[in-house]
Amino acid sequence: MNHLRIRRKAVNFLALSLSLAAMAFGLFWLAWILWMVIDLGVGALSMSLFTEMTPPPGSAGGLKNAIAGSLIMVGLAMAMATPVAILAGIYLAEYGQRTLLGKVTRFINDILLSAPSIVIGLFVYAVYVANVGKFSGMSGAIALALLVIPVVVRTTEDMLALVPNTLREAAYALGAPKWKVIMLVTLRSAKTGVVTGILLALARISGETAPLLFTALSNQFWSVDLSEPMANLPVTIFKFAMSPFQDWQQLAWAGVFLITLGVLLLNIVARVMFRKVEQR
Amino acid sequence: MNQSTEAGTFGPSVAEAAGTPPSALIGRSHARGRFGDALFFNLTRAFAVVTLVLLVGIVASLTWSAWPSITTFGFGFLTSSEWNPPAEQFGALVPMYGTLVTSLIALVIALPISFGIALFLTELSPAWLRRPLGIAIELLAGIPSIVYGIWGLLVFAPIFAEHVQPWIGKTLGQLPVVGGLFSGPALGIGILAAGIILAIMIIPFITSVMRDVFETTPPLLKESVYGLGGTTWEVVWNVVLPHTRVGVIGGVMLGLGRALGETMAVTFVIGNASLLSGVSLFMPGNSITSALANEFAEATPGLYTSALVELGLILFVITFVVLSLSKLLLTSLQRSEGARS
Repeated sequence: MNHLRIRRKAVNFLALSLSLAAMAFGLFWLAWILWMVIDLGVGALSMSLFTEMTPPPGSAGGLKNAIAGSLIMVGLAMAMATPVAILAGIYLAEYGQRTLLGKVTRFINDILLSAPSIVIGLFVYAVYVANVGKFSGMSGAIALALLVIPVVVRTTEDMLALVPNTLREAAYALGAPKWKVIMLVTLRSAKTGVVTGILLALARISGETAPLLFTALSNQFWSVDLSEPMANLPVTIFKFAMSPFQDWQQLAWAGVFLITLGVLLLNIVARVMFRKVEQR
Repeated sequence: MNQSTEAGTFGPSVAEAAGTPPSALIGRSHARGRFGDALFFNLTRAFAVVTLVLLVGIVASLTWSAWPSITTFGFGFLTSSEWNPPAEQFGALVPMYGTLVTSLIALVIALPISFGIALFLTELSPAWLRRPLGIAIELLAGIPSIVYGIWGLLVFAPIFAEHVQPWIGKTLGQLPVVGGLFSGPALGIGILAAGIILAIMIIPFITSVMRDVFETTPPLLKESVYGLGGTTWEVVWNVVLPHTRVGVIGGVMLGLGRALGETMAVTFVIGNASLLSGVSLFMPGNSITSALANEFAEATPGLYTSALVELGLILFVITFVVLSLSKLLLTSLQRSEGARS
């Protein structure tokens, strides 16, 4: 009897120790990666990052064109995708909870949320780049926009579902038509949550590389023409990190530092905002 | 004309669904409100359809672009390991093998770790630590994959080659059956390194699903076993896990789906060898995603491009099936939860 008790205690102790070890294991990688990014990234930072173009191998330079290109494409993608995704999210939450279209769309949307981003790049290549005949900033922005849609649809729907029905009923009782109820009451009270989703989507596409590889490609020179290949941070980092040149690798680490800082800040801001939603 | 018939059929159902008395719709702006409603309804519905069109569009356009390769190679594409662009001979075996094996390694590592972390966060951690630790693990998912890639290539791989691989070779490499998997030169980069980095990347996804489903276990069940004198481990193993089994499998599938489609991190560390050289996991390989990332932009139009698109199509179909299974399992758990409460 006593023997069994000791055995059970020992198994419990072992299992819980392993669980603690797993937690430490997870945190270890986070700490190591972030530490290397800070250590190697801060060392490579300088003002010339923002004032000079990407250099040919073996000479100094910056990332000005890549930073500008990334900002343009990410901004354009958000502008194209957000309205579409919010309206689709409204349909799912307010009209299509029980309809077949609603169910199928929700299912497909959740799959697209986790679908490989490189396939989205292939898709844009096949329907846009191949027909136009050249790589372009516009096709990069479209590929990124397609990645934003599932994220924002999902969060918009979830956030609208959190709005209490009494609020809707109160507005109906005043005689408001449904579309006014949604736009002026439901959506407005879910605003913080919807913005959270937009920020998370922004964070996601800021670091996306795979869908840009064969849409925007990259550009060594300054170009803001959307019909030409456009420089961007992720692809530049990819190219520079894979190269044997010391200068290029330095610039890659600087770029990685900028992207990681931006993405993690966006993630943290989104979480803080979401906490406010939960507390209400 | 079309609009008004839409409004006619749809008006009453909305009033019903929202619990609005029909009288509330009667008023001066009745007609205008109905028109606005119909317009808004159709607008949102149209955008919801965009998501569906996107899926159909992806499958159709990839199939269309891959058609020359599909007709040329047929089923042989899946079983041939030859990848020879100049001779226009293409087979998907090597990249498919790389994709499946790296994802499998990732799962083998990530599953127990994620379970441990979820167990820690739901049962062990003091309440005040739960939130910060949970966020820290979720931040692992927030780090862009290119960061994992550059870190894996320039930081992890050299250390892995110098300190870890020789040790694995001396221990696991000496085992009778699986020894062959862990032998060969310590290059750092290769299939094993890619699998390990994938594991780190999917841990947050599996953990987050496991934590969510663990929390759905009714406290009453857990407390009954504690009341009988059960230890924490016995409660988790005999109550929580059986209760949430379906959800746990769903979480694992989600992780697998993510691992299969991951591109940049794998491309950096897998070594990009388009030949299969032995069974050792230390050797460099190629995955579907890394083949696409490395070769697509430079591929000559025609059969080469078409074969690469077919690789992408295969990847999409595999991940679609895996992610669908995951979603179905998770919704079936939710449904049974809903029925019980």
